[in-house]
Amino acid sequence: MADRRIALLIRRHGGRAEALIEVLHQVQEIHGYLPTSALLAVARGLQLPLSRVYGVASFYHLFRLQAPSEHRCAVCLGTACFVRHAGVLAKQLEQRLGLVMDAAGADGIWALEQISCIGACGQAPVLVVDGALETKLPVDDQEALAARFDAMGLPSARGQVR
Amino acid sequence: MTGVQAMRGAPRRLRCCGASGCRSAGSEALQVALEQARAAVGLDAGALPIQPVGCLRLCGRGPLVACDGPGGTALYGGVPPAQAGALIAVASAEGPIDGPLRAEAALAAHRLDLSHPFFALQIPVVLEGCGSLDPCSLDDALAHGAYAQLKRCLQDLSPEQVRDEVRRSGLRGRGGAGYPTGLKWDTVALQPAGPRFVVCNADEGDPGAFMDRSVLEGDPHRLLEGLAIAAYAVGADRGYLYVRAEYPLAIERLRLALQQAQARGLLGLGHCGSRHDLQLEVRVGAGAYVCGEETALLRSIEGKRGMPSPRPPYPAQAGLQGAPTLINNVETLAALPAILREGGAWYAAMGTESSRGTKVFALSGAVCHTGLLEVPMGIQLRTVVETMGGGVPDGGAVKAVQTGGPSGGCIPAERLDTPVDYESLTALGSMMGSGGMVVMGETTAMPEVARHFMRFSVNESCGKCLPCRAGTVQLEQLLQRFVEGRAEAADLDRLDALCRMVKATSLCGLGQAAPNPVLSTLRWFRHEYEAGCGPLAGKP
Repeated sequence: MADRRIALLIRRHGGRAEALIEVLHQVQEIHGYLPTSALLAVARGLQLPLSRVYGVASFYHLFRLQAPSEHRCAVCLGTACFVRHAGVLAKQLEQRLGLVMDAAGADGIWALEQISCIGACGQAPVLVVDGALETKLPVDDQEALAARFDAMGLPSARGQVR
Repeated sequence: MTGVQAMRGAPRRLRCCGASGCRSAGSEALQVALEQARAAVGLDAGALPIQPVGCLRLCGRGPLVACDGPGGTALYGGVPPAQAGALIAVASAEGPIDGPLRAEAALAAHRLDLSHPFFALQIPVVLEGCGSLDPCSLDDALAHGAYAQLKRCLQDLSPEQVRDEVRRSGLRGRGGAGYPTGLKWDTVALQPAGPRFVVCNADEGDPGAFMDRSVLEGDPHRLLEGLAIAAYAVGADRGYLYVRAEYPLAIERLRLALQQAQARGLLGLGHCGSRHDLQLEVRVGAGAYVCGEETALLRSIEGKRGMPSPRPPYPAQAGLQGAPTLINNVETLAALPAILREGGAWYAAMGTESSRGTKVFALSGAVCHTGLLEVPMGIQLRTVVETMGGGVPDGGAVKAVQTGGPSGGCIPAERLDTPVDYESLTALGSMMGSGGMVVMGETTAMPEVARHFMRFSVNESCGKCLPCRAGTVQLEQLLQRFVEGRAEAADLDRLDALCRMVKATSLCGLGQAAPNPVLSTLRWFRHEYEAGCGPLAGKP
């Protein structure tokens, strides 16, 4: 089934190898990530060695080779956010979620990741929680910050003091 | 007047900023509330248009709404949807006789002063349509003069004449390097006969930079017109616009604009009624900073890993499919319609001897007025940061201004009198870069800033050459020692030597420039590094 959809979208791109990045974007939209079986199907469809397809998929940051966790919290670490203490924010999130930045959690439900500038510099510091942008986070005010985290539905790690 | 302020006597209308910055502050909800409030007083879109527009500049106070009427323009910021009724009352001047006055009072806290230097010192050239036209409407763009210069070029001017005009303007590449645009065009145009490509580099990756995004989101037809003019001037009939995937709204609006222009015959086969063809395609990146480097960008357009290759040959000689390829940045291309309309001499009259015209900057960080500004080159850095930007919030002092992103450096407060031009910023160990300007206050520690950028470079190094791949990792670890106060005196020399090695031996611009944030902070804030050589020296 997925194979057929991949074949279809490759045909829509005229089967041209130069469309590889576009094709991978669309395959990722279908699956949420790029499973090995899909990479194989893309390689077959575009008549490219799997190494070339894997090489491209692993080169670009936005392509995921593993299934994403159910929820994601991304901290913008662009320079404007950094100046407005996004680094502190990241540490507090690590503590709260009991997760290490850019490593999947043991339960696989939440993941904490860093992203480069998303251009919301006027609203710094910002987070993206499951696709929703959270702006002007009060890093200096622990209570207010915890209230914002609660409102976003961020769990507090078990056994950890907030 | 253009951009934020409308002409006196302009028809009544509300312009809602629909750019990413204001969207993140809730502009969509506000626009819906405004439409409901308008209906509630019995008005329709004919009586009081509510128009989505591009960036209205003062992003930090978003969502922004400009209110045009017979008396001129008033700008409001941070208006909650609950106050939409008051905005409608002010804009329509309808309702009870004291209604508008009461509404005006309710909105007083949200009213922004358009005579403030932040707005008053701006000279919109690239941004002249941004904020005044609906980026999704071709008709609106045409009413603002879009494609008129492209038609004129195709009908009345030879490619040589177009290149002459651009050379006369003194325009230099706005992507960061500042290579003279006219010279680049001549190089491509004068290659042996055969196919040629044009490429628009819209892979704006520097953190703290959102100039190109604002053009893409606010006035995409201006960019397409500029690219088409460039294609005609160098004899190209195919081209690409390479946009970073992190800009979904920009991609959506650019694609829409391209479809509209093609459907109307303004771009495509025999475009604008000429004998020339131009086939353009939008290509989307996938999150790799290095793809802003031109040779890496070309590989990515070809669907490969975005790894740079040594130059020469330059893309102007051998680019896509080995054909001469012109690569220009968004802001460079978007300046062209105004340059051709007003003449190269008009543009060259602005700015300084070596840096002509205007430049768009994205001002952010520890500064009161965060947003987008277009100013003449040569303006003092102090004017931008303190007069226009309002300095550090809460009255603190400016410590440094970071320009040029991960390839640039930090300019210390005592050098704020420096004119903003390519050479002056380079002389201070920073660079113009694409236009991101991040203000830092007294609380920001410089070794941490350097480590911040080095982490970025570690993440974004493509891994092709050793000095960049391994050197940036070693630099980050060294910087970590200074940040944690466990560096030893010899680490200062190590840091300096390693920086110079990475700078001298890396393959592409990313690696060559990666040490700049370290070198510039070492130069101006050496005492902070010395303070990092602490009692914990040598401890793991």
